[in-house]
Amino acid sequence: MSDPVLRLENIVKTFPGVRALDGVSFEVLPGEVHALMGENGAGKSTLMKVLGGIHQPTEGAIFVEDAQVVMSGPLEAKAKGIVFIHQELSLAEELSVAENIYLGELPRKRFGFVDWATLAERTNSILKKLNVGFDARTRVGDLSIANQQMVEIARALTVDAKAVIFDEPTASLTDAEKVVLFDVIADLKASGVGIIYISHRMEEIFKITDRISILRDGQYQGTVNTAETTEEAVTQMMIGRKLDLSRNPSSHELGEVSLKVRGLSCGRLYQDVDFEIRRGEVVGFYGLVGAGRTEIAETLFGLRTPSAGQILLNGEEVRITSPSDAIARGISLVPEDRKGQGLVLGMNCRDNMTLPQVDDLTAGPFMAEGAEVAIFDQYRDRLDIRTPGWKQKVGNLSGGNQQKIVIGKWLSMHPEVLIVDEPTRGIDVGSKSEIHKLLRALAAQGYAVMVISSEMPEVLHVSDRIVAMYSGRIMRTFTSEEVTEDSLIQAISGLAPGTGEVA
Amino acid sequence: MQPGTLSKALKSGAIWGFIVLELLFFSIAGEFLSITDQAFMDVDNMLLLLKQSAPIGIIAMGMTIVMVNGNIDLSVGATFAIAAIVLLDSMTWPIFAGLGDWVIPVAWLLALAAGTLLGALNGLIVWKTGVDAFIVTLGSMLGFRGIVFMFNGENPTSHLNWTLVDFAEAEFLGLATATWFLLGATLVIWLLMTRTVHGRNAYAIGDNREAAVNAGIRVGPHMMINFAIIGFLAALSAVVFYSESGSVNPNDGQLYELWVITAVVLGGTKITGGAGSVIGTFGGVIAIQLLRKGLGYIGADTSTVNLVIGLILIAVLFLDKQLNVKGKEELRV
Repeated sequence: MSDPVLRLENIVKTFPGVRALDGVSFEVLPGEVHALMGENGAGKSTLMKVLGGIHQPTEGAIFVEDAQVVMSGPLEAKAKGIVFIHQELSLAEELSVAENIYLGELPRKRFGFVDWATLAERTNSILKKLNVGFDARTRVGDLSIANQQMVEIARALTVDAKAVIFDEPTASLTDAEKVVLFDVIADLKASGVGIIYISHRMEEIFKITDRISILRDGQYQGTVNTAETTEEAVTQMMIGRKLDLSRNPSSHELGEVSLKVRGLSCGRLYQDVDFEIRRGEVVGFYGLVGAGRTEIAETLFGLRTPSAGQILLNGEEVRITSPSDAIARGISLVPEDRKGQGLVLGMNCRDNMTLPQVDDLTAGPFMAEGAEVAIFDQYRDRLDIRTPGWKQKVGNLSGGNQQKIVIGKWLSMHPEVLIVDEPTRGIDVGSKSEIHKLLRALAAQGYAVMVISSEMPEVLHVSDRIVAMYSGRIMRTFTSEEVTEDSLIQAISGLAPGTGEVA
Repeated sequence: MQPGTLSKALKSGAIWGFIVLELLFFSIAGEFLSITDQAFMDVDNMLLLLKQSAPIGIIAMGMTIVMVNGNIDLSVGATFAIAAIVLLDSMTWPIFAGLGDWVIPVAWLLALAAGTLLGALNGLIVWKTGVDAFIVTLGSMLGFRGIVFMFNGENPTSHLNWTLVDFAEAEFLGLATATWFLLGATLVIWLLMTRTVHGRNAYAIGDNREAAVNAGIRVGPHMMINFAIIGFLAALSAVVFYSESGSVNPNDGQLYELWVITAVVLGGTKITGGAGSVIGTFGGVIAIQLLRKGLGYIGADTSTVNLVIGLILIAVLFLDKQLNVKGKEELRV
């Protein structure tokens, strides 16, 4: 067996308050495709940033071939033969394809002038290998997303790479383009390059990788040979912990259909979405980041204009053109980014709570402070918000209590449909279960609740029904009795149950 | 025709179309309103216009690269005044007394060095503190202007050197000295932005800073170089202008930053960075100067000029926004 091209030894990375990586070790052999897997937030991105020199590891060492290295930045990583293909397109849209491929390393002549001839020649020879339909001078902003991804991939071919890291490279590629990508990977592999392949898509992992390393909550879970394992076993390692997979089938009667969506589409973001939510029901939306869940919520809240389809509220078709429209019709959105979109951190608890209705809380030309405090007190008691008093700035509260303020804010508007996007992101375990209980309790009181979550235990725990989404489409709707982790994972990875085909 | 082709053509050619429109309007309106018999599109009149464009135009070239880079510089007017004072005052310093007319290049170099240093200082602060360039240069605009007043109070600083005046008033191939400097600055910055690694990296940084960082481009030094360039050009503008006039008031150069930014934005540079061209800026400078001159020509009050330019600026940015809407998928804010 040959020596590894890249070896990580016991990498630890801490951020204030978080241990993002905790003793990660693995190695990539030359001519090997090594998959790195883990749930959202398992530490894959942090690990890649450490490898690329954007973060310095708190402990541990990186070895390229036999030499220990300290990566001071992306250029140094590249100079050492470690090349990244980023998941989020890292391109300058106004520049040409050639300039983007050689970004940071444009060939130069005397006096710092760009050597356009060399640039075009090198770029075109790379593009020829990739078999794409554009040339070096095309402006990147004019290319399709898939072609932009090919530009990103072309960067790997500019240097004599020892290891290439592909981060979700197929997220925006068509099947035909995937074939080209896999050929490129096969070529790299044949020439002895080590490849780290990050993806959520099981069928790709099992098709092209040799070994799989798994991260969970920043911890290294082990490496397995792809040929000797199964999707179930890998999934088990990714989710790992003894899950609280207890279901919560409704103990109360469900009411009328409150919100119904028929054939709703919004351009490329999601297509042909159908679902309904009854009063007293919690419907969980589960899928990978970018599956289109948040965009549906934004459409329902009047932040996006649907390109097709109907929204029915209590059986009547409605057109929602703005958030104030949505609020007036009884739809409320607790947004994904609590601090950025949900709260004014510098304001006190009471003012945040009454923010959507300050226009109505006036006594003559002044604010009716008494009425505001009364509203705050009511929801503080109802939601059990723990704060020294309404004067406390929300920025000083814990994540769980902040989230309750946001929920209380919307409840005070007397909604019928409550949409909650990632309700427990960044909230500690204890508060999580409290928020979960609260969501269940709200449903029992007759609200129709839509919960968007990327955490499987969460959707399993709170939902009466689960809608699984994959790249803008609803793959399947499960009831809480029939859902299993495997079937759910398969549905959100784009695998039709049982067949193993891409839907 | 591909979708977007029309809007793109509109955008890149818009400023030149606007200039043609201005020329037509003032020529025709001038037939009826003008107090003189001289035609608006007279050759001498147009050459004068180019010369008068120089002070703003030279600085606007620097502003283009700074704004493409994703920054802004509000301190150029104050830098302009400081460089003017350095130029005129240094010619009277006793240590240079024995130099005769050789004091001229020395004074020029000192003024240009002063501007470059002040610009580099702005850049260094933006780089090292990470404070937004708008705030940093707002501060330095006030600070530099303070230095100007500290130097000579409310009094003008004057020094006439006739050799220098002769040079500044000279014409070469029919173009005034100031015009040559404007054309030279335009050419050099154009080469810098389109042909050099530094220029292309400046675009990349302004377009997608994270991509630039990921590609290992060192963002800070590039920004500092661009601030040094605009400082140099602000000083060059002062040197060209005050070589001729020989007297600088402490208020000179005020509002220059706004005229310069207006010209750059009219010329199609994105305020958020990443896109823009020196040629467009040149058009923007000419368009503004035409408007000022033209409105005067048809007998409008100078105060009308500001009103009209203000309205046109807003109209242009509105048009630009409409042409750039990405379609219905976009999130409403």
